[in-house]
Amino acid sequence: MVDLPRIAVQAATAAAGPEIPLKARLARAQARARRRAFLLVLPLLLFILLTFVIPIGQMLQRSIYHDGFSGAAPALVEWFAATPAGTEPDETAFAALASDLLFMKERKLAGEAGTRINYAVPGSRSLFTAAARGADRLTAPYRPALMAEDGKWADPLLWAAMREAASPWTTDFYLSGIDMQRTANGGIERVDEGSRVYLALYAKTFLLSAVITIICLALAFPVAHLLATLPMARANLLMILVLLPFWTSLLVRTTSWIVLLQSQGVINSLLVSAGFIGDDGRLALIYNRTGTIIVMVHILLPFMVLPLYSVMRVIPPVYARAARSLGATSWTTFRRIYLPQTLPGIGAGVLLVFILAVGYYITPALVGGADGQLFSNQIQFHMSKSNWSQAAALAAMLLAGVLLLYWLYDRLVGIDKLKLG
Amino acid sequence: MQKAHDPGEYVAFRHVQKSYDGETLVVKDLNLSIGQGEFLTMLGPSGSGKTTSLMMLAGFESATSGEILLDGRPINQVPPHRRGIGMVFQNYALFPHMTVGENLAFPLEVRRIGKDEREARIRRALDMVQMGAFANRRPAQLSGGQQQRIALARALVFDPKLVLMDEPLGALDKQLREHMQFEIKHLHESLGITVVYVTHDQGEALTMSDRVAVFNDGRIQQLAPPEDLYERPQNSFVAQFIGENNKLPGVVEELNETRALVRLATGELIEATPVNVRAKGDRTLVSIRPERVEITAGPMSENAHLLDAEVREVIYMGDILRIRMRAAGSEDFVVKLRNSIDQRRLDPGERIRIGWHPQDARALDVI
Repeated sequence: MVDLPRIAVQAATAAAGPEIPLKARLARAQARARRRAFLLVLPLLLFILLTFVIPIGQMLQRSIYHDGFSGAAPALVEWFAATPAGTEPDETAFAALASDLLFMKERKLAGEAGTRINYAVPGSRSLFTAAARGADRLTAPYRPALMAEDGKWADPLLWAAMREAASPWTTDFYLSGIDMQRTANGGIERVDEGSRVYLALYAKTFLLSAVITIICLALAFPVAHLLATLPMARANLLMILVLLPFWTSLLVRTTSWIVLLQSQGVINSLLVSAGFIGDDGRLALIYNRTGTIIVMVHILLPFMVLPLYSVMRVIPPVYARAARSLGATSWTTFRRIYLPQTLPGIGAGVLLVFILAVGYYITPALVGGADGQLFSNQIQFHMSKSNWSQAAALAAMLLAGVLLLYWLYDRLVGIDKLKLG
Repeated sequence: MQKAHDPGEYVAFRHVQKSYDGETLVVKDLNLSIGQGEFLTMLGPSGSGKTTSLMMLAGFESATSGEILLDGRPINQVPPHRRGIGMVFQNYALFPHMTVGENLAFPLEVRRIGKDEREARIRRALDMVQMGAFANRRPAQLSGGQQQRIALARALVFDPKLVLMDEPLGALDKQLREHMQFEIKHLHESLGITVVYVTHDQGEALTMSDRVAVFNDGRIQQLAPPEDLYERPQNSFVAQFIGENNKLPGVVEELNETRALVRLATGELIEATPVNVRAKGDRTLVSIRPERVEITAGPMSENAHLLDAEVREVIYMGDILRIRMRAAGSEDFVVKLRNSIDQRRLDPGERIRIGWHPQDARALDVI
């Protein structure tokens, strides 16, 4: 009788192989399934790596790495490394510069090097290309020889810029992104009031995006609620109307807004003929901030409706009934029972619309005029000028802002409460 | 014409009709009065109008015509949140984004009851359903039975005089359901509240109710205490819907106040109690409960008519033996025998004589 349990245990261990512990056996049993699962997701993993991780990594690297000057001026790089910041350029330095100019001439690098310095000190590109053209005629002493060609070579700002550019790793592009520049002695200062563009534009972009998001939410909430409470057949019909803009070209939609909103357009003409405004008081609805807001709200509205709808659809109406039976008015029921349950949808919609709005570029470019431009339009501007590093730095700033908001959202609401559909 | 208010009448439906589409009536001329402190169950198959009637009382559906009175006052125009009726829903409807305590606080907050009193009442309500330790949990962290108790506590926490329950135990397993039936019944008795309970489970209706209203086709088929309902069904629908039943079709041959002789299709003559047969020659269904059929002469009356029967199947069910036999022209005549020590055991193929007391055979209408 007493031996019975022990016999049972022995039988069990004997059957399973006594020397291998349970954990190892479990791992071995699952290894095959795990390998298969990994192989299944491998293509997707590679796809993500190729299309997301590598390009974004490259963009981030470009924003802090530019070897246009450091690769073209080896002698100066050496001299800058040997002397502390703020050192007056002596004859050795000018000799190094002359040899580098010759190096640039031979390898046709003067334009690139000049461009790099040009970012910090405007007008430097032509200085370099001109000097490099005549580099083989330069003779010692080099300082007077170069000064004779162009007095700008003595500019301490130029030398500070070259010192900074002597290393391919630089924060110059971020500095200019926050409207700062280097001083001659290696410090930093704000740029002149007239040329401060980025910070104000950055703030305006986030502000406009917030306004657009709030308007979208206010418009989409009742629509999504209607869709969620209608019978399926009619809801589907309405859903097509919501999605219709998705199936039309962005350009066509934007252009049709121009037709509607321009000063001789449909809306202004209607208002004038109805006598609400005089013919000379036509409203400026487009090519300004208002135009950007109106058109972007229209374009981004479906991104708010869809997550709201998917959340509202599954809220059982019985909760509202329960609240009513417990004595709540319809307003209290909405505020305390319905609204909190739609929060995951609101969060998803707000985040989606906001992030899309922050990075939007085509619509502001087409209907924004001078006043309705967003940060992305600056990125596009730098890209069109092949200043990839500056574009990358601005893009990274935008990314940082969005990530910060995402983090805030996670802290305040919780990302697990997000429901995208 | 306004009828005088009967003090024992707490809830009243007067000629209430309901139609959703303007073509068919879901509730046809409902007249029902419910006394203060009564436990009334609306029982019926789905689509019989019982839930619609409950929803009209709660205020979520409006009556197409007729009048609903609560404590003597017509409430047709009163919105649901001003009726002060507690309600327990089928799937509990506990607010998922609130804790148990917040769920219970909700009806008190909307009534602007102060914090101290609120907390005292919540504690009392939770203790009442033995859930005192769960105030900080979320509904999703509770089992079905626990959610059921919280839903009950929430419907009671603001001290309503009337509580409506819409199939509240439908989602629970059998054992828990039976336990909760007992608890709800117990709460009803100790609090003295009026309960209107909707279910399609006849067992639930019989165990819990003071009176049961059997609904079918938008009408109340019978309104009676459970015992009457089971033992004295007024028509074939009720007899069929409540409990198991043997139905024998036949024609009335002789009829007086207390006794009807019915000629069965097989030619045999049986004695029955007339319920809603009107005249000699009427077609009728005679209903006999399986447990009232006797296979030994002892309990039968002296002049009882006996029938020949052949045992076809014996099913052992533990507490009872369920015998299916061929009798009175039916292949599925069912007899239930108590599994007692002295019970006569039957075998398939055995031929026996069966009979019953005439008052247990009820001659009903044909449906």
